[in-house]
Amino acid sequence: MPRINSPAELEEIRKELLSQRDPDKRTITLCSGSACHATGSRLVAESIEEEIKKQGLIDQVDIRKTGCHGFCERGPIIVIHPDEICYLQIKPEDVPEIISETIKENRIIERLLYTDPATEEEIIHEHEIPFYKNQQRLLFGANITIDPKSIEDYLAIGGYSALVKVLFEMNPEQVLEEIKKSNLRGRGGGGFPAGIKWEGSRNAPDDKKYVIVNADEGDPGAYMDRSLLEGNPHSVLEGLAIGAYTIGAEEGYIYVRQEYPLAVENIGIAIRQAEEYGFLGDNILGSGFNFKVIVHQGAGAFVCGESSALMTALEGRAGEPRPKYIRSNIKGLWEKPTVLNNVETWANVPLIINNGADWFTQYGTEKSKGTKIFSLVGKINNTGLVEVAMGMTLRDIIFKIGGGIPGGKEFKAVQTGGPSGGCLPGDSLDLKVGFDELTQAGSMMGSGGMIIMDEDTCMVDVARYFLNFLTDESCGKCVPCREGVKQMLKILTNITQGKGKEGDIELLEELAEVAREGALCALGQTAPNPFISTLKYFKDEYEAHIKEKKCPALYCKELIEYYIDPEKCRACMICLKQCPADAIIGEKKKIHIIDQEKCTKCNTCFEVCPSRFSAVKKISGEPVPPPISEEERIITRGSN
Amino acid sequence: MSKILMIIDGKEVEANDDMTILEAAQSTGIVIPTLCHHEKLEPYGGCRICTVEVESNGRTKLVAACVYPAEHNLTVRTRSEKIDRIRKMVLQLLLSHAPDSEQLHDLAMEYGADKNRFEKEASFCIHCGLCVRYCNEIKKKDAVGFINRGARREISFIPEVASRECWNCKECFPLCPTAALQAAYVFTEALAASNPPFETESD
Repeated sequence: MPRINSPAELEEIRKELLSQRDPDKRTITLCSGSACHATGSRLVAESIEEEIKKQGLIDQVDIRKTGCHGFCERGPIIVIHPDEICYLQIKPEDVPEIISETIKENRIIERLLYTDPATEEEIIHEHEIPFYKNQQRLLFGANITIDPKSIEDYLAIGGYSALVKVLFEMNPEQVLEEIKKSNLRGRGGGGFPAGIKWEGSRNAPDDKKYVIVNADEGDPGAYMDRSLLEGNPHSVLEGLAIGAYTIGAEEGYIYVRQEYPLAVENIGIAIRQAEEYGFLGDNILGSGFNFKVIVHQGAGAFVCGESSALMTALEGRAGEPRPKYIRSNIKGLWEKPTVLNNVETWANVPLIINNGADWFTQYGTEKSKGTKIFSLVGKINNTGLVEVAMGMTLRDIIFKIGGGIPGGKEFKAVQTGGPSGGCLPGDSLDLKVGFDELTQAGSMMGSGGMIIMDEDTCMVDVARYFLNFLTDESCGKCVPCREGVKQMLKILTNITQGKGKEGDIELLEELAEVAREGALCALGQTAPNPFISTLKYFKDEYEAHIKEKKCPALYCKELIEYYIDPEKCRACMICLKQCPADAIIGEKKKIHIIDQEKCTKCNTCFEVCPSRFSAVKKISGEPVPPPISEEERIITRGSN
Repeated sequence: MSKILMIIDGKEVEANDDMTILEAAQSTGIVIPTLCHHEKLEPYGGCRICTVEVESNGRTKLVAACVYPAEHNLTVRTRSEKIDRIRKMVLQLLLSHAPDSEQLHDLAMEYGADKNRFEKEASFCIHCGLCVRYCNEIKKKDAVGFINRGARREISFIPEVASRECWNCKECFPLCPTAALQAAYVFTEALAASNPPFETESD
């Protein structure tokens, strides 16, 4: 591909690309993001290619391996265009039928369609599935239509037109004004206004400046940045180039986790293609603007998602945070003004430039504009990535899009904002999502993780889990985080093990204050949040653990005992045979009992007891009833 | 470099604009406790015992005096209920490692810290990093460094470098606030663990 030297040449090429594409030609798009990869999309892709060859349709059908569609619960997903027929959970053995029936004969295969659990209605089109219908996919929309390894696909949907606009029609001040007017706030967690950050760097006197994409996404259960980088890498590059032009940087870095091989691969391909076409490099599109981008792979420390630690790691040193009393947009990478924004923030930039700040601000709440991608995981029917306009309620996200809680269980809490976020209870379901709204409720937006918890979740254990993660990921530099959070973890672990004592909550509160006020970086300052928010909304659970040695959710192993209800046991021998500790005593026609001395609380009996009996129970905070007498244990025909 | 005026504990202090709050305070005789600070080394901000309260643009926040730059018109308070609470807790956390450190004892008296507040820890290192940073910044040898992270972080002598460099130096030993023996202990342990035994420089 020859280098493009002017906007006119680009439009020429774009026109040619589009003229070669027949919008009515059958195209099978297959989700090839990491989640679908895990459920076998590569094998599906192979069999589609093979089958199309076999049935002699090579000239009539295009195949496009796209990025993540978001509905990961039902992957691998294929969508057949132009009719937009959406099939879910495709296996290689479904493919011959899809080709011969749907592609050749235009017949829909009903069993592969989505069935709305509420109405039992089968839905043909992807955008009509409730999971998608209630979303606002400004950023994520292109993920389902383009092949991330093809710059032509990006150009075909108007890619790099925002870069052309800023380079040839706007000066940096105008770009800055537009970004400021859009009130775009950092999607990585802090919610700091991007325009103000950019302005600081732009006004700094230094000659050398940098821009960075923070793709060191490390929150458990979060993968929105990963999916954007895998599925639409050029949108991130375009945003980054616009940022560089605005602040006067000629060098940019993409700090991406090594554990994201597909993201690393796709962004690498995207950079090479953009260089070939002349969207990166010297004298971009003949504008005189030079900009190069380097990919740096992180070595797996969560704390490197913190901006100062990330920059320290980029400089080649151990990734530890440094004090940020002078902001990194003034003194960042190698002490130079550096604008660091998250993947999603950068991806918003071309949209704002193309459509204008006024278009962008029509979405969202007063102070949080645009959309936000959330990863919806945990006890939720529709696990996946969702993009909604800011201001949607938690209830709509969890129930309308997420499809509610599986197994008829009750919703208990939603944990937002990653490990340092907080847990919000059922009372908060009508909260509108936005940076300030979530913070006021005692949680935070963070990078957009949303973990749904049901009635079986112990909130003290949740706090313990996240503090364990943070203790592990603390860099160890400052005392309030290294020592203080470690002590918090010890106390919480004791509480979940029934060793909690009077004064524990107060000591936890003291330690939380010291970490929040005294720690060096945001990781330490926010590390107590899982404790603070669960204490705020679920204090009764803490007290039950400490005072009554009871786990109300019947989750904490050391605080529960298993018991077979003699009224319900039918002596079916299933639990007895499956018990790995030989702790169940009984025989045919003899009601089973559990030897508490031998029981290891592995939960096997609870799981295997047939639901029509439901004889195995968990008991907490009260003694297990004594076993019934030998005579009473004998089941005689007709008795019970 | 230019002169600036700031208020520390109600006292007007003239300082240079390249100073930290700690240096500005020290220049006028105001004492802010430190553990990881050393005048020859780059400020580190690790122990947080030098936490002070600053008021800037009408907002109050807690910062580490050893790294926060002195600013014109900045108001600094070096003692308050909250500051004392944080210092006390930091000391209690560190005393679980080094209950016999004299420096910690003196501070514990001042802030009412209980050395038995937390269970004793196996290592008496408080991770001030003085030995590590001194070896790196002043001696430029990197014979001792941090390994691992978080709660598992430790100081460790690199046997290959230490056997060559440390016998005639040992300048980091007296810097250790928990005990001079702390560094010596870790050093000896590193050498003892290395195999085959390292040669000593005899001449």
